[in-house]
Order: sequence, then structure tokens, then C-alpha cells
Amino acid sequence: MKAHSKAGLIYDHNHDGVDRRGFLKCMAWAGTGALCVMKAGVLRSASLSGISGATAGTAGELRFVQISDSHMGFNKPANQDVVGTLKAAVEKINALPQAPEFLLHTGDISHLSRPEEFEAVEQILKSCVAKEVFYVPGEHDVINDDGAQFLERFGKGSHGAGWRSFDKNGVHFIGLVNVMNLKAGGLGSLGTEQLEWLEGDVKGLGASTPIVVFAHIPLWNVYPQWGWGTEDSAQALGYLKRFGSVTVLNGHIHQTMQKIEGQVTFHTAASTAFPQPPPGQAQGPGPMTVPAEQLRQLLGITDVNYLRGRQALAIVDSKLG
Amino acid sequence: MKCVHAVGVMAIFISVSGLFVTAAEREEESIKAEIKIDNFAFMPTELTVKAGTTVEWVNRDDIPHVVVSDDKKTFKSKALDTDDKFSYTFTTPGTYSYFCSVHPKMTGRVVVH
Repeated sequence: MKAHSKAGLIYDHNHDGVDRRGFLKCMAWAGTGALCVMKAGVLRSASLSGISGATAGTAGELRFVQISDSHMGFNKPANQDVVGTLKAAVEKINALPQAPEFLLHTGDISHLSRPEEFEAVEQILKSCVAKEVFYVPGEHDVINDDGAQFLERFGKGSHGAGWRSFDKNGVHFIGLVNVMNLKAGGLGSLGTEQLEWLEGDVKGLGASTPIVVFAHIPLWNVYPQWGWGTEDSAQALGYLKRFGSVTVLNGHIHQTMQKIEGQVTFHTAASTAFPQPPPGQAQGPGPMTVPAEQLRQLLGITDVNYLRGRQALAIVDSKLG
Repeated sequence: MKCVHAVGVMAIFISVSGLFVTAAEREEESIKAEIKIDNFAFMPTELTVKAGTTVEWVNRDDIPHVVVSDDKKTFKSKALDTDDKFSYTFTTPGTYSYFCSVHPKMTGRVVVH
């Protein structure tokens, strides 16, 4: 039984379930290490120290890190050193008390789909303690060539435009591509071929298998007016309805946000390049320039920990500064 | 000798500046309309022009955009970074809807008559 009560939403001016005043207050706290959680439409915040990071060496534990939106090649006022901030992210990862097994990069690896941009990111990530990286493309990675370069570099083992699945310690990971064949006025799109593949991919799995889905554009409608949503995500989520634990990790919006709907936890990561404004707080979803000393507080990495037997994965966002 | 030389120089100067004027005039004639891209929007969103007009999109935003006709065939720019431009000459009357293929919520229209 699911309760979707809107009690607690005071400043819902747009009637879209986003309590703006509460959201802004929460975003301000996010800089000091709090985690903003939206549960059934109501925002709550929790201090990072209160979130279980799990004790070291627990059997069946799986740790990995999500990074996103490195935008290699970007050089405008919002951040004129995206190389430096990506390196800072790698340093942060390498300093984690427990080394992650692998990385997920949820897209916008490059800024203009240039070969040297992809190359630079690959090289910088080589100094990460986690050697295995799984990438899904963002819309900035498939400009002009329909993703040919992305596939050549990062597509090994994938299908179609780069979707894939793999298992780690009993957790089933699914990388989806929702930035291809975008239509005028539309949102992100998964497409029939990928949806059919997804249906077949999860068919034989037991309902107690923890699922982690990662894709660039959010799979829930964060803010459709800015393209922050995926048109056909409902169909994808339908195939995952029977599973007891589903975690969806996305990027694209360059800020951390979380929503829990029944057994599905949606989470978006910060960028390692530049922040973007909260929904509706600016004319458009472009790079947000902040005073230099504040920049790294709005960039970050996401550390994810899975403990066998626990339903929800522990997701901890860390700022770069 | 000096006089002839000066006249010669003047003649060259006049003819060269004449060339410049012609080129400028030619430029003015072909690019008749501009669409500015800024803050994730095409300005103006709807532009009406005469058949034969060359429309130039200029990206003044701090993020790249890609101008593509809705049918993805009629016209398609490469990635336009800040200050990059893309031109297309509309020879046939009609309504041409287009969008940014990287940010598909950005849409615009050129009406040609």
C-alpha cells in the first residue's frame, strides 16, 4: 500500500508537488553536508553523519561511486577549470574510507563530443582507485555523430545506442540511454527497441534481486519545462515494479535530488563541472555562476553502499569543497 | 614621377575600397534576418521572412546548441558554441519548425512567404 499524501507542502505554487520554499531551504543546507530527501512529495533533510555508511568488511557489501556531467571542454565563467574539478572528484573518491569497486558515469562526459574531451576524461579517471568505469551518454556526448564515438570508446558489451546490464555481488545493474532521437519539444526518450530489451533483461530475475538503473536524464519528471524528465520512463519502471529494491541514479540536472516512491529510490548526482539552478529559479537550466569560493560546494560525487539484506541502498553525496 | 606614383597609389586605394564596399553590400543583401540564441531560447521564437532570405542563427548562450529542422533533414547545424553562427537560405515558402537537438524543449519557427 502506498501513501502519496501531499500534507506538508506549503509553497506548491505550481501545483507540481515541489515545495519551493522548502526546497530552497534544503538546497542551502546541502552545501553543509545534508541530504535532501523527497518522500511522497514532502521534503526532509538528514545530516550526512546520520546516514549509515555501514561498517567495514560486512559480508555481501558492495560499494561504488557515481560521478556525472564532467562536461570536459567547458570553459565559461561558471567553471574555467573542469579538468581541475574532475581531478578533485577523483581525489575525493581515492580518499574514501573504503575504496569503491567501480564507477558509474551518468553522462555528459564531454561538452561538445570532441575526441580530445573523451580522451581527457578517460585519462583523468585512470588515476582513480576504482579501475572499472561504466558510462552512459548524455546529450552532449552524441552531438553530430549519433553517438558513434561514444560507442567506439565506451560501448563494449553494450547494445543499441549503448545500453547494458551486469551483475555485481548479486545486484543487477542496468545502464540506459535516453538521449538519442530526441524530438522537438520533447523530453528524454528510451525508445521501443531499448524498452523491449529491458523487458527481456529483467524477466528471469527474482523479485528480491536489488536493481540499480543508471541513465543520464532523470527517469522521473523533475521539471519537464526544462526537459528534466523522460517521456517513456513509466513503461521502463513498469517492468521493475515487482522488485523489492530499485535504485535509479541519474545526472543531467547538476544538483542532488532524491525522491522515494514505494520501493523505488530516485537520485540525481551533482556535476563535477558546474552547478545549475533549482527548478524554475532561473530563466533556463544553464550553467549557474557562483562566487569562486562556493563553486566546489556545489559540485560532488555520490558514494553508494549496498548491504545484503537491506532494502534501500545507502546513498551519500559528498561535495568537492 | 612622384605625381604619377601618388595617382597610381590613389587608384589602387580607390579600387580596393570599392571592392570592400561591394563585398559589404553583398553581405547586407544576403543575410537579412537574425535569430539570437540565449538563455535556452530562440529570439524571436517565430520569424517571418520573404522567400530567398538567409537566416542566421547566432549563439549568445554560454552553452552549445544545435539547430535542427523538425524533420531532421531540411537543415541541421553542427554544434554551435558561444558566438558560433549557422545560416540557412529559405527559398521555398512554408512554415519551418525547428528545435535544438541537444535541448529539445527549445523550439522555434520560420514562416516563409
